Amino acid sequence: MLVFPGSNDDWDAALALEALGGDAVLVWHGDRELPDVGAVVLPGGFSYGDYLRCGAIARFSPAMRAVADFAAEGGLVLGICNGFQVLCEAGLLPGVLRPNESLAFVCRDVAVEVERTDTAFTSRCTRGQELTIPVKHGEGCYFADSELLAELAGAGQVVLRYREGDNPNGSVDRIAGVVNAEGNVFGLMLHPEHAVDPLLASTDGTLVLATLLDAVREQALTPA
Amino acid sequence: MRVSVLVRPKPGILDPQGEAVEASLRHLGFSVEEARVGRLVDLEVEAGSETDAREQVERMCAELLANPLIESYEIELGGNRAER
Repeated sequence: MLVFPGSNDDWDAALALEALGGDAVLVWHGDRELPDVGAVVLPGGFSYGDYLRCGAIARFSPAMRAVADFAAEGGLVLGICNGFQVLCEAGLLPGVLRPNESLAFVCRDVAVEVERTDTAFTSRCTRGQELTIPVKHGEGCYFADSELLAELAGAGQVVLRYREGDNPNGSVDRIAGVVNAEGNVFGLMLHPEHAVDPLLASTDGTLVLATLLDAVREQALTPA
Repeated sequence: MRVSVLVRPKPGILDPQGEAVEASLRHLGFSVEEARVGRLVDLEVEAGSETDAREQVERMCAELLANPLIESYEIELGGNRAER
């Protein structure tokens, strides 16, 4: 779990992963090396105060260089909200997240449809399954130009889409979560770590986080 | 050397901030057809020549100051503004 100055969901995500049987280690953004981990999570928050553009500064932190190397070697990387913005700015995921169409900060449960279930982040879901998970962001409007959108559609890189009529931020083609072409880096604006306990109304977030833990365990069992 | 960079949302890119400004200006009674909101970055760059300064700032724009997916930029040095 990477921690940037301004991250604020690092502990929530770490606790959620631990509740699901994972072992979370917090890594400070200034660290040049990652500990021996099975996956990296970039949490939500407002890294570096969201200065310039969300995620634009965080991608230059020493730890992000290590994450880029980790991803290049096929390591699993999950970016949640601000983490998604950082991954886009770092070029580890396609597209960019812009201010919400409404200009208003949106904080509520939204419904998304799962389009891909053959990823290390969604294999516990069924195709077309509707997940209800909260969002909370001011800049979650996913944008890709028509050329990039065609590329994403062709390669099946759109993993989650907001339900028709429930697009909280004006994202193009209702895109809520995308995976890279190699399938090991995933970003979403939703906060699965806030939907892991019946007390929080929805437990759909466990499907994403537990899938990631499954993938990490599977990796550990597969001889390199 | 003093260098200014003007970063703008590319044409066709939805600019909700610009729309809000436009609506507010209209509300004030101004007849405004369109408003787009960008960003101005003023820099003091150590450079041997204007060419050197421009090259450095081009790299800054490519690496950090603008996101080419959604933004265009103009570099102004010595009063000469070159559109990119």
